[in-house]
Amino acid sequence: MEQRVVNQNEYVQRTLTNKQEFSLKKFFLQWEWLLILVFLLVLAINTHLSPYFLNGAGLRDATMIFLDKAFIVFPMVMIMILRDIDISVGSTVALSSVVMATLYNNLGVPMEAAIIICLLVGALCGLINGLLIIKFKELSAVIVTLGTMILYRGLAYVILEDQASGNFPEWFSFFGWGHVAGIPFILLVFVLFAIGFTLLLHKTTFGRQIFAMGNNPTASRFSGVQVDKIKIIVFVLAGLMAAITAIFLASRMGSTRPNIATNYELDVIAMVALGGISTAGGKGRMLGAIIAIFIIGYLQYGLGLINIASQTMLVIIGILLIVSVVIPKLNLKGIFSRFVKKRNTN
Amino acid sequence: MRRFLSKWAVVGLTVAMLAACGDQKTNQGTETEGGEASSDGGTPKYAMVFKNTGNPYGEKMMDGFQEAIEEVGGEVILRAPDQPTAEGQIQIIEQLITQQVDAIAIAANDQDALEPVLKKAMDQGIKILSVDSAVNANSRLVHVNQADPERIGRSQIEAVSEMINGEGQIAVLSATSQATNQNLWIEWMKKELEEPGYENIELVKVAYGDDLRDKSVSETEALLKSYPDLKAIVAPTTVGIAAAGKVITDKGLNGKVIVTGLGLPSEMASYIESGVSPAMFLWNPIDVGYGAGIASYALVQEEITGKVGESFEAGRLGEKEVVEDGDGTQIMLGDPFRFDAENIDEWKDVY
Repeated sequence: MEQRVVNQNEYVQRTLTNKQEFSLKKFFLQWEWLLILVFLLVLAINTHLSPYFLNGAGLRDATMIFLDKAFIVFPMVMIMILRDIDISVGSTVALSSVVMATLYNNLGVPMEAAIIICLLVGALCGLINGLLIIKFKELSAVIVTLGTMILYRGLAYVILEDQASGNFPEWFSFFGWGHVAGIPFILLVFVLFAIGFTLLLHKTTFGRQIFAMGNNPTASRFSGVQVDKIKIIVFVLAGLMAAITAIFLASRMGSTRPNIATNYELDVIAMVALGGISTAGGKGRMLGAIIAIFIIGYLQYGLGLINIASQTMLVIIGILLIVSVVIPKLNLKGIFSRFVKKRNTN
Repeated sequence: MRRFLSKWAVVGLTVAMLAACGDQKTNQGTETEGGEASSDGGTPKYAMVFKNTGNPYGEKMMDGFQEAIEEVGGEVILRAPDQPTAEGQIQIIEQLITQQVDAIAIAANDQDALEPVLKKAMDQGIKILSVDSAVNANSRLVHVNQADPERIGRSQIEAVSEMINGEGQIAVLSATSQATNQNLWIEWMKKELEEPGYENIELVKVAYGDDLRDKSVSETEALLKSYPDLKAIVAPTTVGIAAAGKVITDKGLNGKVIVTGLGLPSEMASYIESGVSPAMFLWNPIDVGYGAGIASYALVQEEITGKVGESFEAGRLGEKEVVEDGDGTQIMLGDPFRFDAENIDEWKDVY
């Protein structure tokens, strides 16, 4: 009798402390710390391997180059927390930039208006994805966006065939190459979006609802979360950010063509997965994905500086990804104790 | 505990992996340095950027480039993005700029998109030349062209004359009627026909297959119907020559009408082996790469600057001259390469 009371007390205590206690161990066990460590390692090893790596201008320009796809990472984090995926983003980049270039070059639309239409096209692509996914719930997001991936890329080819379209006004090249007080413009925009999306995901009701849906879609629906609306907003954001990428990319190259941004969706998904966002949904943080962008970006840059072949580079990044995704799932303690037991019996 | 262990395992493996990359680098370094003096910035660095990896045509070209640089002395850097896109090439060129290479020879995925980054490279004193697939005139010093249009045109007439023993009717099956390359080559074919020795050869028609397979097939059929005595079809386009080869084979005209022109060895191998096309031409990618390598060297040594009228000694290719090409300049590499029954086996898997 006495014992049971004690147990009950313990139970109550545990639930209370779990809610409030700040655990130092838990804090340092976060995935983001590990990512920062890997990031520092990448920097250290790159510096060791190439005398050119620690070069301010070189690092700045490399950052400019790999940041273009990073914009899509933000909404992709949300999509993957929702247990979905969007593989049409690369094609969305191509379609929206091709529409922008065609409007400006062939239809005499002013560049400013063409940029706005480019954003609208991106948002529309996302909207179509979102609508298809909520209307046909039995279809997985992979299949739906696989379809639109082929469709959007196909449309881009229909519009421009196998041609490039460029001749943008002089000022347009500022997006891709411009600096503000020595800092690349694209980096400033990236930082703004990074802050915005981090706040959106972690400090707003909207963000909490995304996590709720990722953890348990049914429960969140019955709790009054407008699950369909949230899904559509997130997919529209993905389309919109793809259009932002399209603007930066078209500006960087001074032209666009239907095959731009090939495989960008895979790079983006790799960054999100490395960032510790669980594909099972409901888990992950924006910060992790942001660190992952820089890990992959600088790893690629460093390997490029020592002229490793592109195929080898893919292998290395593939291994990094597999290791980071698989290892946390392994039951290392089990393996360890079995190993110890075996040795003891021998 | 389990999560703790697993996370540190990730760190360990990553370290091991990156360390492995380090080993690879040192291997590569010794390989490329060769017997040259030093690697402390004294050895010039020559880079070639191809369209994409895993392209047999590009691999051959890079082999030729490497051969040339080994001949003149220097470090070779061969790069290609894994996708044939301009953005991949921009990324690589940025890395090459940071490494302070001396010259970059590029086979471009886009004529204009590389302009900003190539101009940036030229501003830093890097010599830029395009090869095989040109960049616009603003973003290069010179372009290394596969083959001289005059030789492309004349060689095909020489070959066809030999195949039909200098007598009979021939027809040309071209791409579109506006194709600048093909029109230039056909002009040279006509000039060659005016030379002595070709009096008994009659060019009856120039047909246009528009580089479409079905149109090329129907144009070939029309030629055979209109000119029953036709001895040969010359198709200076890879689509046309393959279509003509197929029609002649299907109609059982092997031996009556022969086919020649410019074709891909991989597509033409069966027709060359069957005798429908005893020989045909295309440039040799190894020579293209070799020429680009020597031209890079000449630019770095300031033997040439890319202006019309300059010339340099291009190793085993002989003396080459810089000539005009639209707004820019180019270097033409001699004769197109001849493929026939004797050498087709070694080339058909190459490109």
